Amino acid sequence: MYTTDQYEGMLAETVTIQGHNGDTINAYYARPTGAGPFPGMVLIHHMPGWDEWYRESTRKFAHHGYASISPNLYFRAGHGTVDDVTAKVRSAGGVADDQVVGDVVGAMQFLRSLPNSNGKIGVFGTCSGGRHTFLTVCRAKGFDAAVECWGGGVAAAKEDLTPQRPVAPIDYTKDLCCPLIGIFGNDDKNPTPDQVNRHEEELKKAGKTYEFHRYDGAGHGFFYYDRPSYRQEQAVDSWKKIFPFLEKHLKG
Amino acid sequence: MCTTILNRAAIEGSGKGQNGWFKISGVNVSYDHPYHSPLEHAMTIDFVNEGEGPGARVAVELSLESARHLVKCVEGVLAQADAGGYQDEIAGGGR
Repeated sequence: MYTTDQYEGMLAETVTIQGHNGDTINAYYARPTGAGPFPGMVLIHHMPGWDEWYRESTRKFAHHGYASISPNLYFRAGHGTVDDVTAKVRSAGGVADDQVVGDVVGAMQFLRSLPNSNGKIGVFGTCSGGRHTFLTVCRAKGFDAAVECWGGGVAAAKEDLTPQRPVAPIDYTKDLCCPLIGIFGNDDKNPTPDQVNRHEEELKKAGKTYEFHRYDGAGHGFFYYDRPSYRQEQAVDSWKKIFPFLEKHLKG
Repeated sequence: MCTTILNRAAIEGSGKGQNGWFKISGVNVSYDHPYHSPLEHAMTIDFVNEGEGPGARVAVELSLESARHLVKCVEGVLAQADAGGYQDEIAGGGR
């Protein structure tokens, strides 16, 4: 809990890290100043790209005491404005799941290598990043908490699988390596409430530690204050669920 | 990508992007989250030259209804061009 007599400081900048296959990619890195030790958070950006909302969210997690990093999953598509780079990735059918997992693991290893890390690393993502969050914590070890926000396609039907997304992440549920918090809008079409039900059933079946929060009056992307989908009440309540969850699993 | 709905085609023409005119070599049509349009999903149409990098792009984001109007509009003009016997014009001439 922040009190007004506390010192607060933060550093934020672009860095390079080693991603999938040892590739060099760039990432936005924000961390509290001070000796630490600090837990870490990896933020997986959404389909519209490595954009300002993700930079702001990276700083938000740093403000809450996490060394935070958001890798540029579209780095290999070249450079330009965020929307132009995103369009190029979109025209290729998106980034491959294996590559995303490798990049996120690289970001996690970057955080864990920091001298003032407390050794605990979480991961957060919205939209396609929510799907990638769940996928990564099922496919890779080394994470201590996961925040999946409306991960579209977690429970994808067979006919919706693509070369870039060859397996529905729900099929990996038994391999989930850490506690999970899920945030969903009941008016969302991707994932639908029925898909969220199936997601939850699989978690229950596998005996995993999770908590799901579902909001009436909210659809897809209800955290994005710059979009018509923003739902103030539901978004504020969600953040009040997310930070205590992370505190319990990453700071305890 | 969230919907992964995508169609691509090789086309020829010119487009005016952020750095002026450039040669277009393809069009990418998708239905996914837009960047600017205040819709959850939009028909995004990108006229591109991928050899010139991500910035060689002329972009539109349309509602489905607008996209259908556009298709009808283009088909209408094509029909008139065909009916007028203009379809065999040689590129680069005439003006």
